Amino acid sequence: MNAIETVDLTKQFGERIAVDKLNLSVKQGELLALLGVNGAGKTTVIKMLAGLSRPTSGDAFLLADSVITKPLAVKSKINLSPQETAVAPNLTVKENLETIACLYGSNRKEARNKTEAMVKSFGLSEIARDRAKTLSGGWQRRLSIAMALISDPQILFLDEPTLGLDVIARRELWGVIEKLKGRITMILTTHYLEEAEALSDRIAIMAKGRLKAVGTAAELMSGTKTEKFEAAFIALAAESEVGR
Amino acid sequence: MKAAAFAARNRKEILRDPLNFAFGIGFPLVILFLLSAIQANIPISLFTIEKLAPGLAVFGLAFIALFSGTLIAKDRGSSFLMRLFASPLSAADFILGYTLPLLPMAIAQSAIGFGVAAFLGLPINANVLLALLVLIPAAVLFIAIGLLAGSLLTDKQVGGICGALLTNLTAWLSGTWFDLNLVGGMFKIVAYVLPFVHATEAAKAAVVGDYASILPHLWWVIGYAVAVLALAIIVFRQRMSSDAV
Repeated sequence: MNAIETVDLTKQFGERIAVDKLNLSVKQGELLALLGVNGAGKTTVIKMLAGLSRPTSGDAFLLADSVITKPLAVKSKINLSPQETAVAPNLTVKENLETIACLYGSNRKEARNKTEAMVKSFGLSEIARDRAKTLSGGWQRRLSIAMALISDPQILFLDEPTLGLDVIARRELWGVIEKLKGRITMILTTHYLEEAEALSDRIAIMAKGRLKAVGTAAELMSGTKTEKFEAAFIALAAESEVGR
Repeated sequence: MKAAAFAARNRKEILRDPLNFAFGIGFPLVILFLLSAIQANIPISLFTIEKLAPGLAVFGLAFIALFSGTLIAKDRGSSFLMRLFASPLSAADFILGYTLPLLPMAIAQSAIGFGVAAFLGLPINANVLLALLVLIPAAVLFIAIGLLAGSLLTDKQVGGICGALLTNLTAWLSGTWFDLNLVGGMFKIVAYVLPFVHATEAAKAAVVGDYASILPHLWWVIGYAVAVLALAIIVFRQRMSSDAV
């Protein structure tokens, strides 16, 4: 069984088609990078898969549950780290983590235990009692991802997780994501091509709401007869842009 | 459990913001002292403590709308609400989580106001406890206004609507600053169509032990509270299922 299966998944805002009949499968434990220029439809796809936006037509199945007919079942299996850092500013790092654990059904004791484990594995000990609003962007993003993982999701959506981070913070987050590979199915959106190339098992490229290609970085380069992934991306993403 | 965890988070967010204390408790108390000082120096009975304390309790509750509205609007603006909407929280969990922590805060705020008024001569007896109960529908009304505003507006707009407009409406149209009979006309008619003066009159009636006068005013407040809360729930649920998170 695939972790994610979309069937003609479509989202329309008025006349504009943001996502057009997307058919995509993601295997369990796979990390799929979803790439595209601004407005390609990446975030809309994530929102539909996470139950935040109802598809106009088509459907998506997450571990066999439909996002349309069983949204709560889907939500209990997934978590996401939104594009902007999403933390409760006046709560401490520990309180943020405990709150999210409880929202996903843990009792207080379980939430405390999970928080301790998460603090340790994400290296958050030195800031565990600091309020989230006092943390740097890098720490906030790290906390945001830890909050997404504390519910033990089977599927994790990472929407531009390293946006705005410095090189060191980005590399540290790469390390965190690397450790999750194989255990959790992940969809990662990013504008950093080297990030997609370094982290993902497969890469899907979207343009103007349509899936242009999906495969490993090597397959995409071979398919476009290019030697660098950036050139392959431009060849695929620009095809649709030229007609704009 | 989920709603309780969410409510605990919301309580902490509000109580840890010092501005909330300054506006929610400090500002009404400053006005209480100021108007009491004016009363002490004028020959007519304009701001007697039995009238002033309930009026300022209602005025203080207007800031509860600001607290709840700002919290929800900030959650929406920071993507935190997106994270929450992706969680298995139900619409009922959200609404309970946003409203429940504010009710004890509203009661505590009114109790502090009455406690301080005691030092200015307000007799503390069972009638004050009754007034605290009578103020609960008004508290629900202001919480609902905050939920509605926070679902529709940005945090800056909530600051303008709830922080400036609503508090002024509550102040001017509640009959706290002046007797509405002195103004009369359309101003008085509008004031008595709105719930603020009724909330104040009901609380005043409770404080002075005029029990028969409580319910006729309280029904107005309850009616508004139910209607605005229902509207707020409808709008919030629409926001949950829309793409405008």
